[in-house]
Amino acid sequence: MVAPFVSEVEVAGHIIDGLILPKILDCITAAGGSFQIKRISVGQERKDPSYALLAVTAPSQDQLEAILADIRDHGAAPIVEHDCRLETADRDGAFPEGFYATTNQRTEVRRRGEWVEVRDQEMDCGIAVDPATGAARCVAMSDVGRGQAIVVGYHGVRAHPQTRDSERNDAFEFMNSAVSTEKPKGVAIRQVADEMRRSRDLGQRILVVAGPAVIHTGSGGHFCELIRAGYVQTLFAGNALATHDIEQALFGTSLGVRLDRGDIVEAGHEHHLRTINRIRRVGGIRRAVATGLLRQGIMYECVRRNVDFLLAGSIRDDGPLPEVMTDVIEAQSAMRQKLANVGFCLMVATTLHSIAVGNLLPAWVRVVCVDINPSTVIKLNDRGSFQTLGIVTDVEPFLRALVDELVKGPGAAAPHGVRV
Amino acid sequence: MTPTARILMCPPDHFGIHYEINPWMRRERPADAEAAAEQWSALCAALRAAGAELALLDPVPGLPDLVFTANAALVFRERAFVSRFRHAERRGEESVDAEWFASNGFEVERLPDTLFFEGAGDALFCGDTLYAGYRIRSDIQAHQWIARRIDRRVIPLELVDPYYYHLDTCFCPLTSSAALYFPPAFDAYARTALVEQIPTLIEVEPDEARRFACNAVVVGRTVVTNTGCPRLHARLRAEGFEAVETPLDEFVKSGGSAKCLTLRLDGEESTRT
Repeated sequence: MVAPFVSEVEVAGHIIDGLILPKILDCITAAGGSFQIKRISVGQERKDPSYALLAVTAPSQDQLEAILADIRDHGAAPIVEHDCRLETADRDGAFPEGFYATTNQRTEVRRRGEWVEVRDQEMDCGIAVDPATGAARCVAMSDVGRGQAIVVGYHGVRAHPQTRDSERNDAFEFMNSAVSTEKPKGVAIRQVADEMRRSRDLGQRILVVAGPAVIHTGSGGHFCELIRAGYVQTLFAGNALATHDIEQALFGTSLGVRLDRGDIVEAGHEHHLRTINRIRRVGGIRRAVATGLLRQGIMYECVRRNVDFLLAGSIRDDGPLPEVMTDVIEAQSAMRQKLANVGFCLMVATTLHSIAVGNLLPAWVRVVCVDINPSTVIKLNDRGSFQTLGIVTDVEPFLRALVDELVKGPGAAAPHGVRV
Repeated sequence: MTPTARILMCPPDHFGIHYEINPWMRRERPADAEAAAEQWSALCAALRAAGAELALLDPVPGLPDLVFTANAALVFRERAFVSRFRHAERRGEESVDAEWFASNGFEVERLPDTLFFEGAGDALFCGDTLYAGYRIRSDIQAHQWIARRIDRRVIPLELVDPYYYHLDTCFCPLTSSAALYFPPAFDAYARTALVEQIPTLIEVEPDEARRFACNAVVVGRTVVTNTGCPRLHARLRAEGFEAVETPLDEFVKSGGSAKCLTLRLDGEESTRT
């Protein structure tokens, strides 16, 4: 993606009462630019001036300069740029006071007059600068090491709001209004399939974050088809998805419910415990596949197809399965390592894992969040990026239609969308 | 009893259309010096009759627009923010104006060299707020600079019609809560800001705006304008003002009228409650 052209401007005075600020913002958008209000302070009394700091973004340098010239007439002046300020971390695991808190947007820091792109972009982190190389990267609070140079304050830091890609007319463009159960899902699913194909063609990794409802709703088979067709390179999940998937493989049930008939099996509630126990006895999922104990299902396919899976634990887990990482900081850090070159992320039927991964992803990674519960989708959309597309639907018909599109060819899915 | 108004004026001895810096000015349509002198004297008489006391600025050869004292400065109490004219043709007036204010007990304030500001022509108080026209003659940054110096609210208003190039050609505060204005001279944001901030706004119609109806001098409850504004005068009378007309056509040729020819030195009526 081409970095947008950005300049910061400030405007002061009675810009609210005089409608100068809205006028400036309108001028920017009318000229094809966009803005981000980075700071604003509103005068308390009538006579007190207000102040706004804006980041103005335009698709080209010429357009940016035209916008700056126009808004200059209304009092918006480019700010004098400073280098970022660095402070040395005085202890492990904590930032210096006043550290710059990151967003998920593409960010640059200014060092010796040059803008340097921040690597490993992630929200709610700090920025560490290597004084020797000048390289900057996001660093999580828990990973701060004493002596690291950390960016403090706002000077010399600029975040680029994610711009729309005008050349691509895609689902992310027209489906990004408020999450709704009323949207035509067939169109959205077709576009999601296009995105996944595109990521695969570009050699980018596709990450799927999945919850146990994938199994409960009987969608495990669809998921396996996606893996076999090469549309899943990384899987993030918890103990539950793996447990119920393996329970289904070993017992034909999910939480004791027979998935082919929908009835409850005698003593079926014990199946998941017996499943975990068996896997622990053989030493883990990979061993279970190697020994022939596990012969089908999502985890089986992951092991067979070298899908890079990571299972992160939670406090209410049974067992857990040996592969489950129970230290959340360790799990978070491991997830971060696996995000390199992820170009697309599909989140299905999980709230907590989706939000956790949403927090780790930079704003430019396209995310599709599918859940029967609108509030999960809304939470993900609230990441503030239009790169997140929310689809409110049951997981099973979604995955079935997605497999139809991807595996059986474009247009194979029901033309009027899935039945939900 | 209306307090005595002090108004600065400059006799039109050297007035004329010697250059063209606004759409009204046409060198082929010169001002009649004798008629201009008569009209100027009649305006003086009308203002005195309304209770004003006049101070005079000596005319200077080669400075034909010095007669428009509204553009000499913005007066705020004992301080005079002297203009910095956008057009080179008028820059010679700046030192004459500064000298007059300095020798008449005002503290002279000079704006940074990079900013244009054309005095009370573009800056008018209504209540405790200064309304400031920008983009044609004055810069918004000049208004922001002045706002910091006087610690008052300053609302910038973008002017969009070159015929109404100064704020005082399309806006005239009458009291702290009422003003005349000609809406098409402003951009939409400025119109909205005026409507939101000023409780009583009297709209002037296009034909009377062209007669400089908004370029009015307010002394107490008397409002003095050019001739040819009968509907505005009727409205003013209905609002309890005394409306007075006096012919100023020779000055209209130059793009000015009653208000442009005056500068209130003791604070406009509209700043009083």
